[in-house]
Amino acid sequence: MVENRPGLNFFSHALLIIGVAVVAFPVYLTFVASTLTADQVLDAPMRLWPGSHLLENYAHVLQKGAGGAAPLSRLLFNSLISALVIAIGKIAISIISAYAIVYFRFPGRMFCFWLIFLTLMLPVEVRILPTYKVVADMGFLDSYVGLTLPLIASATATFLFRQFFLTIPDELLEAARIDGAGPLRFFWDVVLPLSVTNIAALFVILFIYGWNQYLWPLLITTQENMYTAVIGMRRMMSGGDAATEWNLVMTTAMLTMLPPAIVVILMQRWFVKGLVDSEK
Amino acid sequence: MAAVELRGVRKSYGSGKNALEVIHGIDCSVADGEFIVLVGPSGCGKSTLLRMMAGLEEISAGEIAIGGRVVNQLEPKDRDVAMVFQNYALYPHMSVRENMAYGLKIRGVAAAEIATRVERAAAMLELAPYLDRRPRELSGGQRQRVAMGRAIVRNPQVFLFDEPLSNLDAKLRVQTRMELQKLHREFNTTSLYVTHDQVEAMTLGQRLIVMNAGVAEQIGAPMEVYAKPASTFVAGFIGSPAMNLLRGEAQGDRFVTTATSAAIALATPAPPLSIHLPVPAPRDGPLVLGLRPEHLVPASAGAARFGFAVEMVESLGADSYAYGLGGGGTLIARVAAGTVPVVDEVLPLTFAAQHMHWFDAANGKRVA
Repeated sequence: MVENRPGLNFFSHALLIIGVAVVAFPVYLTFVASTLTADQVLDAPMRLWPGSHLLENYAHVLQKGAGGAAPLSRLLFNSLISALVIAIGKIAISIISAYAIVYFRFPGRMFCFWLIFLTLMLPVEVRILPTYKVVADMGFLDSYVGLTLPLIASATATFLFRQFFLTIPDELLEAARIDGAGPLRFFWDVVLPLSVTNIAALFVILFIYGWNQYLWPLLITTQENMYTAVIGMRRMMSGGDAATEWNLVMTTAMLTMLPPAIVVILMQRWFVKGLVDSEK
Repeated sequence: MAAVELRGVRKSYGSGKNALEVIHGIDCSVADGEFIVLVGPSGCGKSTLLRMMAGLEEISAGEIAIGGRVVNQLEPKDRDVAMVFQNYALYPHMSVRENMAYGLKIRGVAAAEIATRVERAAAMLELAPYLDRRPRELSGGQRQRVAMGRAIVRNPQVFLFDEPLSNLDAKLRVQTRMELQKLHREFNTTSLYVTHDQVEAMTLGQRLIVMNAGVAEQIGAPMEVYAKPASTFVAGFIGSPAMNLLRGEAQGDRFVTTATSAAIALATPAPPLSIHLPVPAPRDGPLVLGLRPEHLVPASAGAARFGFAVEMVESLGADSYAYGLGGGGTLIARVAAGTVPVVDEVLPLTFAAQHMHWFDAANGKRVA
């Protein structure tokens, strides 16, 4: 694949550019719509050049919200809290359980592992009714606990960490034992630093997972100010007697896309390293 | 520094009827400051024994005492031993300095004291320029030196080495071997060293424990093991190329070899060897005669004890190894460089009476 053929180069670049255009155009359209007035968005065809209402729209959505929803700043804050708690909680829980499964010999060890593994087959949607019942009975509706706690247990992350821990040579544990490190010390001084790239990669994936939650927050929240940004956006296009202010919906969409994008861009290097790096 | 005592040490995996015993009772006392090499083929239990001393494997039966204290129930960290692993086992995310300091840090040694000890060890091991590098930025030899440094700074009672040179290339191995000897002279710390390489065993050990299938076949100084192997196994394992072993029968005052296969019996240049048994005769019945390749020397046709039909020759410069048939079995003879044998030649060979090793054919034990 090192041959250099100008024709092939041109062709592959053209293909890539077309691909990028296909992906990027809707995002661009959303951006354009977010800079127009409500009337301009409804023009057919909608103009393809940004308008002059950019700051106005963004300020309005952030401070006042649209379509009866709470201000977007509040919704973004809710989303941020949920995504962070879900991502960090999932990583914290799963790294500890994976550590227990890999490094400790206790009765029922494999049983525990398979039990965790089995839950992979039961995504949120499948167990949503019983989960709702439990959360409601515990009085966690319309709260951050209700938004995040049921989503924290993670078989996938446990499994990933387990696989990674299995690649850490046993001699490292033995050397640490001879050096005098106990289980917690070994976890903190050796396992955790070695897992940093994996943690970063998982954080990116889980942050986006948490941020994009739709069904669960929809069920669990009923107050406008506990909605997440994704739910809030849906609420804005509720229709009814009021016309949907599409320019504001698009502004919300732009702002809601921003945090995951920032996380991905900032952590891209770590992310790729965590997925690719096998030589530790 | 401390003496190490092994008393009837056994190791078995599993329990009850399914228990599989891999070490069948080893007794040995290692003097304070002694360098002992555990040598044997793969799977003979030598590493397991070392790991039992380190506390990484449980002791199924028997006792291990370090410095007079029975350590069976002690955690590795409480045994005051340091171990060097074959694959170095350095912490990849720590610098060389942190790697060496880690054990001391955990033990709560003062930072200034750690710094001086690490600096001193690094200077001794020529690691000073690399103290702030990560293990992955070092060569194999340097990594192994870091692993040794990590052991040295702890200033433990016992060093345990688990095949530390196996991952190095031949040249580095020789060099590191000499450094190890130097280190031992300097610190005089009791050391136990596991290897499957008999050259390492012969050169490093003050005494060897030759192990086979979980049993200590012989414990003794290297030259003693070489000169008087306690069994056919030791005879074949220590010395390169291996000792020639000829099976035969003591008949009256003579020993007659039995051809090991029909093909050898038919080969005319390799008739059975018939020699006078030493007086007093080791015993009657089936015996094994051991002859080291270097003790088979060319002789004039009249003085030769047997003819040796050369089948293959390996010339190594200083001398050559001739492989072939003679005395009723396959033999290897070491020939000085001046007389490179030719394939298909029949060499008249002889050997001195004091170089004969006699073993019991049934259990392989030395009889004389």
